[in-house]
Amino acid sequence: MIGNFIGVLFDGIAYGALLFLISVGLSVTMGMMNFINLAHGAFAMVGGYVCVTLLSKLGLPFLATLPLAFVAAAVAGLVLERTLYRRLYKATHLDQVLFSIGLTFMAVAGATFLFGPTQQPVHLPDWLRGQVHVLGLDLGSYRLFLIGVVVLITFGLYLLIERTRFGAQIRASVDNQTAAEGLGINVSRVFSLTFALGSGLAGLGGGLGIDVLGLDPSFPVKYMVYFLLVVAVGGAGSIKGPLIAAIILGVFDVAGKYYVPQVGAFVIYTLMVVLLILFPFGLVRRKA
Amino acid sequence: MNAYSTTALKAKASAADSPSVDAQAVSHATLRLPNDRWKALEIVFWLLPVASYFFFPDYLVLISQIMIVGLFAMSLDLILGYAGIVSLGHAAFFGLGAYTAGLLSVHGWGEPLSGLLAAAIVAAVAGFIVSFLVIRGQDLARLMVTLGIGLMLFEAANKAAFITGGVDGLSGMVMQPLFGAFEFDLVGKTAFWYSFGVLFILFVVMRRVVNSPFGLSLRGIREGGRRMPAIGANVDRRLVAIFTLGAAVAGIAGALLAQTTQFVGLDVLGFPRSAELLIMLVLGGTGRLYGALVGAAVFMIAQDKISGFDPTYWQFYIGLLLVLIVLFARGGILGGLEKIVARIKRKETA
Repeated sequence: MIGNFIGVLFDGIAYGALLFLISVGLSVTMGMMNFINLAHGAFAMVGGYVCVTLLSKLGLPFLATLPLAFVAAAVAGLVLERTLYRRLYKATHLDQVLFSIGLTFMAVAGATFLFGPTQQPVHLPDWLRGQVHVLGLDLGSYRLFLIGVVVLITFGLYLLIERTRFGAQIRASVDNQTAAEGLGINVSRVFSLTFALGSGLAGLGGGLGIDVLGLDPSFPVKYMVYFLLVVAVGGAGSIKGPLIAAIILGVFDVAGKYYVPQVGAFVIYTLMVVLLILFPFGLVRRKA
Repeated sequence: MNAYSTTALKAKASAADSPSVDAQAVSHATLRLPNDRWKALEIVFWLLPVASYFFFPDYLVLISQIMIVGLFAMSLDLILGYAGIVSLGHAAFFGLGAYTAGLLSVHGWGEPLSGLLAAAIVAAVAGFIVSFLVIRGQDLARLMVTLGIGLMLFEAANKAAFITGGVDGLSGMVMQPLFGAFEFDLVGKTAFWYSFGVLFILFVVMRRVVNSPFGLSLRGIREGGRRMPAIGANVDRRLVAIFTLGAAVAGIAGALLAQTTQFVGLDVLGFPRSAELLIMLVLGGTGRLYGALVGAAVFMIAQDKISGFDPTYWQFYIGLLLVLIVLFARGGILGGLEKIVARIKRKETA
């Protein structure tokens, strides 16, 4: 029973780690540009399809496809930010929502046209399949791998944002755009690069998540709520907030589906409404 | 000025910060409430559906559906176009109304008008409760709460298949004749007049509401919610009131759809319905009631014509249309027309 519980907890944390990886870019761009981007899942989907295509058509090894998924999604993000998104930073939230719903619809239709409406299979290498025995528990190796990757990336992000010049520029732009511009920071360039980085991380998450989340053209719509939820509950503009929120949501979602399958997704929506009522501005409020 | 109120008509109401209106018009217009008199163009507009009954007798079902969805879109216009609350889950109230009317009829209460009333009450109560969650947060939290509640209801209806029929939908509705005299026929004549009557009566009510001091205060909240308390307006109470009204009208629209088609599918609660509704509203133009009707008509006729092709293309073009509207045509169809009319008028006076 207790081993069972730990197993659910472990799966939940792995799931939450994946949600965090995909949503962290959304949190930073939302906090920075105050842009409600419902199309963020589309970048994750791009990463997923790049992974699948490289695996099946070119026969590249799984690990080699992941950086390419990152690059593809980042380039897509950079191009869209430069051409379309930046026109709407000053627009109303309604316009941003409509615009990004439009992008999402186009992405869904485009993916259906290119890859068909079915779920895409992913062939993991042998060493990532099966289970590992740790302290008498059977843990899925792929989920262990997922957690490891996300821990590494989170650490990398922390270093990037807290210890580098570019990170300082990001923090300055999030806190006060006008002052940052006055100090000679090219805020518009910082925006573009951050958007590209966030989209790239989403793409990486999309590639890593095929085995857990599945991949079909409705991906951006199906998981839109989860990504938004992580940001809304965690508080936009930070990294710590979404991390906590993603882990909580991941654990509750997996536990809900495991222990009370008859109510299914109800658990997560109830949790979300409760958390939003208790913390209307997110768990972690960004210091101004 | 806000992006969705840059029209000559609305400029009168908020003329103080609109430099394009000349000073003389300002001094007259700001002292008066918005003009509530019916214009000739409006009367012509309402004669269109009546005329279509005689000219397109084969399309009665489609026209009834357009009127119902138009009513639904107007209910969203109340809370989004006038009060400025972005909702991604308005279908929740539509679905509640539809299931209320549907369940009443399945369990033997087939009288249409009382079914409509019951649906309105259920949706209004739900809207009233939800409104307290909605007014607490800012745009993002509002978006999430409405989206979350919509998804919750969808899941609830999906799981409670023993009540709602689940994915198979709720069938077996038996409707009694309207006023005890007019049977719901297969061609849809009764459904047409029933939908038209309800739509028109509710439109008159909503038109009165948005042109009242209350409606004006909603626009004030949309344009600058923080300043409204300074002139003694209770923002929260007004938002609760309009959200409840919007939910009730959405519930009536849902009940109309259920009663005229005698079927309730799970899709009445789905996210795509909320998203499509938003699309229709911005396509027609927000904050002017007629925009909702025009948008619903254009959207549904286009859908009817294009549905012969691959539905994937339809979704792609809808997405493209949305992006283009946001980037280039924020007022929608009616906003664009008003701009053209304003330009012609300016040329005449110059």
